[in-house]
Amino acid sequence: MLRFILRRFASAVVVLFTISVMVYLIFFATPGVDPAARIAGRSASPAVVEQVRIAFGLNRPLPIRYLLMMDHLFIKRDLTSYVNIGDKVVPQILAAAPVTLSLVLGAVVIWLIVGVLGGLVAAANKGKFIDPLIMFLGIAAVSVPAYWLGEVVNLITQNELHSSVFAWLPAPGWVPLTQSPGEWALHLLFPWLTLAALYAGIYARVLRAELVNALNEDYVRTARAKGLSERRILLRHALRCSLISITSLFGLDVGALVGGAALLTEVVFGLPGVGLLTYNALENLDLPVIMGTVMYGAFFIVLASAVVDVVYALLDPRVRIV
Amino acid sequence: MSDATLNEPVLSVRDLSVTFATRQGPLRAVDGLSFDVGAKEVLGIVGESGSGKSVAMYSMLGLVRDSNVAITGSVKFEGREILGLSDRELQSVRGGDVGMIFQDPMTAMTPVYKVGWQIVEQIRAHSDMTKAQARSRAIELLGEVGIPDPKTRVDHFPHEFSGGMRQRVVIAMALSCNPKLLIADEPTTALDVTTQAQILDLMSKLQESYGSSIVIITHDMGVIAEVANRVVVMYAGRPAEIGPEIDVVRFPRHPYTWGLLGAVPRVDVKNRRLVTIPGTPVSPLDVPTGCAFGPRCQHKMAICDERPILRGGDGHVDACWLSDEQRVAIRSQATVRGVADE
Repeated sequence: MLRFILRRFASAVVVLFTISVMVYLIFFATPGVDPAARIAGRSASPAVVEQVRIAFGLNRPLPIRYLLMMDHLFIKRDLTSYVNIGDKVVPQILAAAPVTLSLVLGAVVIWLIVGVLGGLVAAANKGKFIDPLIMFLGIAAVSVPAYWLGEVVNLITQNELHSSVFAWLPAPGWVPLTQSPGEWALHLLFPWLTLAALYAGIYARVLRAELVNALNEDYVRTARAKGLSERRILLRHALRCSLISITSLFGLDVGALVGGAALLTEVVFGLPGVGLLTYNALENLDLPVIMGTVMYGAFFIVLASAVVDVVYALLDPRVRIV
Repeated sequence: MSDATLNEPVLSVRDLSVTFATRQGPLRAVDGLSFDVGAKEVLGIVGESGSGKSVAMYSMLGLVRDSNVAITGSVKFEGREILGLSDRELQSVRGGDVGMIFQDPMTAMTPVYKVGWQIVEQIRAHSDMTKAQARSRAIELLGEVGIPDPKTRVDHFPHEFSGGMRQRVVIAMALSCNPKLLIADEPTTALDVTTQAQILDLMSKLQESYGSSIVIITHDMGVIAEVANRVVVMYAGRPAEIGPEIDVVRFPRHPYTWGLLGAVPRVDVKNRRLVTIPGTPVSPLDVPTGCAFGPRCQHKMAICDERPILRGGDGHVDACWLSDEQRVAIRSQATVRGVADE
């Protein structure tokens, strides 16, 4: 098992390296994108551009430039923005990461509880009234775009009702956990619910389908023939086996969200997270920031899929490599 | 065997019918099935695929989970009516007094748990043994069903066993609570022939030491001849012939049983062409009102449009309108033809 874990993480490192090369090539070596011209500014003379090119080492061979970039990004950590000269990339990402992590982890707790309960109740009551009701709520939650739901939530909680029913709710924004845990949670409450709604809907529906399949399996019939309670059959046998496929979905979702996919929720609720940072960098074609945020996002996605594989092996003895 | 019939039956089934409501109309999977299983008796239920033999067994224990099913009749286990009991009430019967062995050992166990864990789970559902006690019992059981090195194997997962070994584990699990009745649903069908023989031997051996009654469901007359004391032959959900194994195998009465027996390959007769029953099994959606086997029967008569009742004597009954004289005549002809063919 340990060898399996080590091998899995070694391959994750290789994947990350490949991603960094590809992203570098896409943003820095694509014809038509001249980093020197972007740094020098819009009305710079060719002489200035050339000076910048030499000063930033952009005239050196491509592999060297890649290594220099990685050196600035990961080792010296002094890579600076091309747009807001002087802004360092790494501290920016490190400041944004806790916002995104807070948002995603809170939402994860809510969506797992709601999604798993919803899926269990629906599967256990298949064919009864509650099953299609939960499935309808699920599809509704999946169909509503996060930015729309977020805006509606803001409209309700921050407008006229803010002086009466929602007087307890602070204005949108971000308060670090270390500053005030209560304020932190209060500021994040509706962002959490908004982000969790979509995923709770997906998970309830996927889990229900998995459970319904599992409940038709031979081993469930065996479990019943063994004289186990329906509750135990559902939780210890059917749910336990359904979790295997839910896990891969879950790992990739969390990886993508921590990596910046919670962008829409961050924008709507004014949370200065990684998604927002990426979005602004893309708008300005701020290449170093893009490079940094993409590597940050890739790191979490690759990490998540490696963790998923390890958890998968723990959950399913059949994929374990001895 | 005569001792067995004197005692009160362990399982007594009367007029069991199982009907599924389908879009094409009611589907009667089991129709008027009645039989008794005595103490320590091995009853074989034989029939083609789709003859309702498995459904009949599953319906007795509430293992048919279709909401469109209607089950009528009476099933008494040790004198207690068990048909229509709730899942909760059936829990002590399932796995405790009645053990079950399933057709496909590959899928019969939850893949994510060690086999020992699964046996312990069943033992602890029916007794107040501690985990350690249940575990040593599990090891003991695995040894009894012939799994080598049970102390190590108890911590292996189902996928680490071969098919035959897995079926042994399933048998160990079924026996874990000393059941009075063991229901085996085609326990050898998914196994290769040598493994089949081993599993049947094992079942006979364990039946002697545990003293359980067994209902064995199969489509293989060879299995019946090997282990059963008594036989129920089913066709299209109805009993066609019921009787002691020796009588049914040596002196079958129903034309369908003749066909089934003819379909067993024999090693003692050279180059014998296997007899097949002409036609295909009737669709359970439109079983004839008369004799269900009528459309495929070579000896069909006018009266066969009326449904025959089980009749006969000496505990050997069948549902056929042929008179004893007619049967003797047909059988002697068949023998003559069989000899002429060779």
